[in-house]
Amino acid sequence: MAFTRRDFVKGGVAAFTWGFAAPAFLSDVAQAQGAASRNLVVLYLGGGNDSLNTVIPYGDAFYYSRRPTIAIPPGSVLPIPNDGAGNALGLHPNLIGLRNILNQGRMAVIQRTGYPNLSRSHFLGTDIWSTASMSAPQGPGWLGRYLDTLPMPVDPLVGWNTNREMPRTMIARTVSVPSIPSPSQYAFSSPNTGTPDQNFARTSATRISSHVPVNRPHLAFVNASAQGAFATMDRVAQVAQYTPTATYPNTGLGNALRAVAGAIVRGIGTKVFWVQTGGYDTHAQQGSGAAATGAYQSLMATIDGAITAFYTDMQNQGLINQTTLLTFSEFGRRVAENGTQGTDHGEGGVMFAIGGGVRGGVYGTAPNLNPFAGNPTLSSGGGDVRWDIDFRRVYAEILDRWLGSNSVAVLGGDYRQYLNFIA
Amino acid sequence: MGRREQQIEHLLRRAGFGGSPNEIDFYAEVGVRGTIDLLVYYDQVPDDVDSKIGQPGFVSVTTRGTFAPHLNITDARQRWLFRLAHSERPLQEKMALFWHNHFATAYTKIAGAYDGTEATRMLAAKPSEDRDGTKGQLELLREHALGNFRDLLVAVSKDPAMLVWLDGRDNIATRPQENYAREIMELFTFGVANVVEDDVKAAARVFTGWNLTRLGPSGAYYYRYEFRANRHDNTIKDFTFPIYPNGSGAIAANGEQEGIDLINALCAHPATGPRLVRKLWAYFVSEIADAPQPWVDRIAGIYYSTGYNMRAVVHAILSSPEFWDPSVVFARYSWPVEFVVRAIKETGWAGYSVDSALNPMLNMGQSLFEPPDVNGWDLGQGWFSTGAMLNRMNYAASLTTNQRINLRNEARPFAQTPQGVMSFVMERLSPATLEPQSYDELLAYLRAGTNWTASDNELRAKVAGVMHLVLGSSYYQLV
Repeated sequence: MAFTRRDFVKGGVAAFTWGFAAPAFLSDVAQAQGAASRNLVVLYLGGGNDSLNTVIPYGDAFYYSRRPTIAIPPGSVLPIPNDGAGNALGLHPNLIGLRNILNQGRMAVIQRTGYPNLSRSHFLGTDIWSTASMSAPQGPGWLGRYLDTLPMPVDPLVGWNTNREMPRTMIARTVSVPSIPSPSQYAFSSPNTGTPDQNFARTSATRISSHVPVNRPHLAFVNASAQGAFATMDRVAQVAQYTPTATYPNTGLGNALRAVAGAIVRGIGTKVFWVQTGGYDTHAQQGSGAAATGAYQSLMATIDGAITAFYTDMQNQGLINQTTLLTFSEFGRRVAENGTQGTDHGEGGVMFAIGGGVRGGVYGTAPNLNPFAGNPTLSSGGGDVRWDIDFRRVYAEILDRWLGSNSVAVLGGDYRQYLNFIA
Repeated sequence: MGRREQQIEHLLRRAGFGGSPNEIDFYAEVGVRGTIDLLVYYDQVPDDVDSKIGQPGFVSVTTRGTFAPHLNITDARQRWLFRLAHSERPLQEKMALFWHNHFATAYTKIAGAYDGTEATRMLAAKPSEDRDGTKGQLELLREHALGNFRDLLVAVSKDPAMLVWLDGRDNIATRPQENYAREIMELFTFGVANVVEDDVKAAARVFTGWNLTRLGPSGAYYYRYEFRANRHDNTIKDFTFPIYPNGSGAIAANGEQEGIDLINALCAHPATGPRLVRKLWAYFVSEIADAPQPWVDRIAGIYYSTGYNMRAVVHAILSSPEFWDPSVVFARYSWPVEFVVRAIKETGWAGYSVDSALNPMLNMGQSLFEPPDVNGWDLGQGWFSTGAMLNRMNYAASLTTNQRINLRNEARPFAQTPQGVMSFVMERLSPATLEPQSYDELLAYLRAGTNWTASDNELRAKVAGVMHLVLGSSYYQLV
């Protein structure tokens, strides 16, 4: 029985995925699609990052008066170039590695990112960032829709989710992106491991999952996941054996980026990676800005350590020019701290783009934190950072100039007011 | 071949965690209507499941020193899995799990704020295990499992674990903290579509003073709820929706009662009943089809007319023709905890410890007491990333490896032929109906590499092997 893609799409989002049945052939496809191609690594900072303590407008007296305990003292920040409006800026003191990358001209800081009627819900906000849609933030994500534009058949390892749960950003119609939190555990076991029977079992399980039951789309969906695993696990095993050239911190993010580096170096054909790290919902006990340690300090140290190791590893491997890492969070936080050394959900945020193809520097302008009536850089009566750069402009530039795609088609709108952070 | 009590099994998969062969026989004797009543009106059944921990005939737990489910989160997870496997009140446990996902609270943040012992106490201690007689959050969810939703919401709002998890303990008059205020509207009651930012700010002020107090001697502190009037904001709070029956949206200074008034209004809000009812549809009836609007209207009507009585709501759901429609049988994607417990109940557990399931569950995406965020787990298709599916297959491998001697011995009377082994397997396990091709693949597996002598070695390898393939197949992931 022949199945068309349409049969699966009818079954709902991602009730899809045909043709995992020929892994050897798909490996060829993967090589053709992936050889010497560019990679995109999306890093999600889960919880709503306090961007004003990531990129600090340390020349603004209101930053200090409105954040009496959590503000980073001017003497502690790591100065970076002023923005176009002349605002003095510095990175969080624990972003030492990132500041070096910025100094090498390979990191872009994009300030006051957001979108109209910004949601302060973690879940709706994340869905909007994932789909690049305010009106219908359901269904496939923006990178999933990009994958849907690739010539069929699409190899499942064209994407790699390092998280256990599948992020909406990576959900596509034509391909089931695998979730591989740990390459070494991504292997098939049986009650008879080490005997020929294990191979009989794998053959049988592969064949059972490759059967497409008629009019049972939920079974087909689960089968597609199993097929995705069988079609990719042998190539993932190569990644598990990767020995990096830099020392990654032993954190969830460090391990995830080490796996990403392994996949890039082994050339298994992956174009887009998803990594994430959490703990950014800092309603309380963010830590004194003057102290060397605290909750937010350790969040910054975590991303700095992992990203720096990844950058160094890619540089050593001669692959940094093929790699871009893009960070985002679902919203920024309030300008003023709350009563418990924390900050509540706010609006405008900050994004970083890092890699050999990035034109480093500071994009957009910092807010003026003086809450006078009519301050155009603040919203909510001066309580929030008003967004200035629509995040879809960043996506459009990544899609068009980095991935060679068509952002108007993928994003469903024209956001090609490029910031020119891609060289 | 296959199991015969289709209706009882459907009911137990949904209102419980499936049935062991003995349980299926028992409930089949009681009959479908009687079983619904026995499940829903569970107060008539003894609540003695914990007394069976460590007894012969039940799944094991693994002790490291003293078994302390009120102090050690690993032991708390083991106790919960034990209850799910053996409780004679399966619907109470099933609803406690539903509420755990609804009021999703994670251990790690609480342990970071205090320590692991206090976090476990807050989440899992029974009153008898607590020096203060306080219920841990899970015990509170079990107590109110089919109780009144309003009472549950009040209890959750005062629950120490929740006060840490959503920062209520930091919400004070001078600097209101919105975390709980936002989620009680967005996630616990009427849903994000109805959230207005000004209401979030007002609700945060209403809940100022709903806090913890510290008890106990230095070095052995513990915490319980206390309303702290001196931290409460006494100004008027205005809401965009009615708080009182006269339509007023203004809450005047009235201390702790302000929060009760707000909770009453949230429960009475016209969007809360339908939202809860739709979640229950997906939990009990189908994730393939959306709930029909007349069904939502009818069940939500019971929610409102009974004053938020969840026992009446769930009884009506399990009795509704939609629940029994053939199209909804096996129309849900099992949660990892459902998959694991049902696999244990059907495969067998002699010599098996639930401790062995804890790490695999983490890798399948569901560690109890550790939902990813306050929105709970990503349900339905969200459970089935390739990595998670592989971990389900590999869990099936580890369980059947553990049970392979038992399985060999039990299968021997049927084992003259591969077909005989298949009839044994399909009697023990309850997958969704196999496609003929899949049945043939399983037979082909049994025959692969052997001339079928039914020797001890052959049966030890092949019975566990084919059970692994069924448990790891798509057919077994649906409930």
